[in-house]
Amino acid sequence: MGVADVAFYAFAVSVLTGGLFTVVSRNPVHSVLWLILAFLSAAGLFVLLGAEFVAMLLVIVYVGAVAVLFLFVVMMLDVDFAALKAEMARYMPLALLIGVVLLMQFGLAIGVWVFDENAEGARAALTPADVHNTAALGLILYDDYILLFQLAGLILLVAMIGAIVLTLRHRTDVKRQNVLAQMYRDPAKALELKDVKPGQGL
Amino acid sequence: MTASDLSILLPEIVIAVYAMAALLFAVYTGKDKLAPTLVWGTAAVFVLCAAWIGLTGGGTNLAFGGSYVDDAFARFAKVVILLSAAAVLVMSEGYMSRRDLLRFEYPILVALAAVGMMVMVSAHDLIVLYMGLELQSLALYVVASLRRDSAKSTEAGLKYFVLGALSSGLLLYGASLTYGYAGTTQFAGIVEAASGEISLGLLFGLVFLLSGFAFKVSAAPFHMWTPDVYEGAPTPVTAFFATAPKMAAMGLFARVVHDAFGNIPADWGQIIAFLSVLSMFLGAIAAIGQRNIKRLMAYSSIAHMGYALMGLAAGTAFGVQAMLIYMAIYVTMNIGTFAFILSMERDGSPVTDIGALNQLSKSEPLKALAVLILMFSLAGVPPLVGFFGKFYVLRAAVEAGYAWLAIAGVIASVIGAFYYLRIVFYMYFGEEGDGLDRGMAPVPWAMLMLAAFAMVAGVVNLFGIEGLAAAAAATLVN
Repeated sequence: MGVADVAFYAFAVSVLTGGLFTVVSRNPVHSVLWLILAFLSAAGLFVLLGAEFVAMLLVIVYVGAVAVLFLFVVMMLDVDFAALKAEMARYMPLALLIGVVLLMQFGLAIGVWVFDENAEGARAALTPADVHNTAALGLILYDDYILLFQLAGLILLVAMIGAIVLTLRHRTDVKRQNVLAQMYRDPAKALELKDVKPGQGL
Repeated sequence: MTASDLSILLPEIVIAVYAMAALLFAVYTGKDKLAPTLVWGTAAVFVLCAAWIGLTGGGTNLAFGGSYVDDAFARFAKVVILLSAAAVLVMSEGYMSRRDLLRFEYPILVALAAVGMMVMVSAHDLIVLYMGLELQSLALYVVASLRRDSAKSTEAGLKYFVLGALSSGLLLYGASLTYGYAGTTQFAGIVEAASGEISLGLLFGLVFLLSGFAFKVSAAPFHMWTPDVYEGAPTPVTAFFATAPKMAAMGLFARVVHDAFGNIPADWGQIIAFLSVLSMFLGAIAAIGQRNIKRLMAYSSIAHMGYALMGLAAGTAFGVQAMLIYMAIYVTMNIGTFAFILSMERDGSPVTDIGALNQLSKSEPLKALAVLILMFSLAGVPPLVGFFGKFYVLRAAVEAGYAWLAIAGVIASVIGAFYYLRIVFYMYFGEEGDGLDRGMAPVPWAMLMLAAFAMVAGVVNLFGIEGLAAAAAATLVN
């Protein structure tokens, strides 16, 4: 058993453990942390497959953004998870039944699945052997599909304009901080010194 | 990516760059104070690009490895799209500034939607098609809810967005099935895979794709959003919805069925015939109970889409030509009608009830006459131009062996004539009541008069669009 095999089993086991504990943890914050472990281990599996770009994407997008967002949402929203769980328990028998039916259907489908002998070769043919897969993706995305890439950029621009048009309100009735005005304020005009005599008050 | 690819895409690039430059400029300078200038500037860019596309260029050019095509069909559709968008923009300027709705993002969003529409009619690949469609739709969702402090406008935008997302889902599902069974996203490859006895998966893909398109052209039974969105959106935006996007969606529809599924016309012909007959009857019957002129125009547009689809159902080059002529006429009639609807005001606030049209002929005979011509044309009364549009699609259907469809179309058109004629009746023989404000802003007035004049003068030779549409159709169907 080589190093790669050991690494595969280690990552695979931690993906499964992470996934399992994501579901069974009582504390939602722990769930999210387990989820992050599952993502990171999956990224390790991708590296073993030679798909380092997807691995980095998983780490940056899922761990870096999505999971951290989850964490914030879970911490900020006061969701009563015990009540949710109780609700879920009521539907458990039905969920189990559907799960079993799905499993059997998948079994049936995979049982009669015929794999094309050329499928493996056709998949490998897409990535040239001498090009790194990050570079290969870049070549396709910015060369062959440049039109689509730019159109996607325009769509995002429209989404941004739309969000601003529909939500931005210039409120005139709020007082905003003006730092310069604050700094240049003359103490002589703003303050008045009173010499208070002892025992008399103002 | 070579220079030749980009030069084929140049009009789209010019409009997109214009939109971005205008956005930056307006943000850093006068913001909404610049809006009227931007509206006129955008309209000018549209007209110039339309002239550029229409007068130059020839033949069929493929770009980006066959995923984008520039041919006579795309050019015809783009000219109609750009000219109608420009017309709607300039006539909406006065209405929107009076109601404090004119924000500088409006013309920019319309320009970006126009880019999306141009991509739609030129798409030669399923992914390009989807990108164009989303670019257009997303901009339209935003402008639908432009009047954001009105519940109706917000409802229109939200409803359009949710149902639009659903239809995009249908379309994507169809596209992925098509890709899975054809092995390519390019139309040139799909047309080879889809010939003879096609597989069930490909047929499912076709049906889902057509359902998505039917939603975008608001053909029954995918029309549910239309009346609410037309009613809720600000009237100039409604006018925009009823013109350019309809042409773009129809162009896309024709492009996909002929370029990607051109070998199996019998398979999609029956689906489109079904959509067509349903739309014609639903549009004709459901509009009878409507008193709100914007909802009425929504049902009218559903019915008109039914007629345009009839041309497409024929599956022949003549059918596509008939569809193009029909759409060009439909867009012109709608610009004129909406120019009038924009001017329907009482004491300065807009009214949409058709009862307000009572006795319009007494106070404003010229306007009433123009509206009468447009209504007769919408109903398809000979000898106005609207009749010729209907005549072409009916002929295409009959020649392709869809006689039953043509008969159904005639019956639906007789039913539909009722509500157009009712408007005319109100204008000329209605009871005395609170009339409308007199007078009309110069630009909508000019649009109304031009459209009405075109409906009469076009009888001579349809302004020559017949030949252009025939040439456009010939490049699509072969």
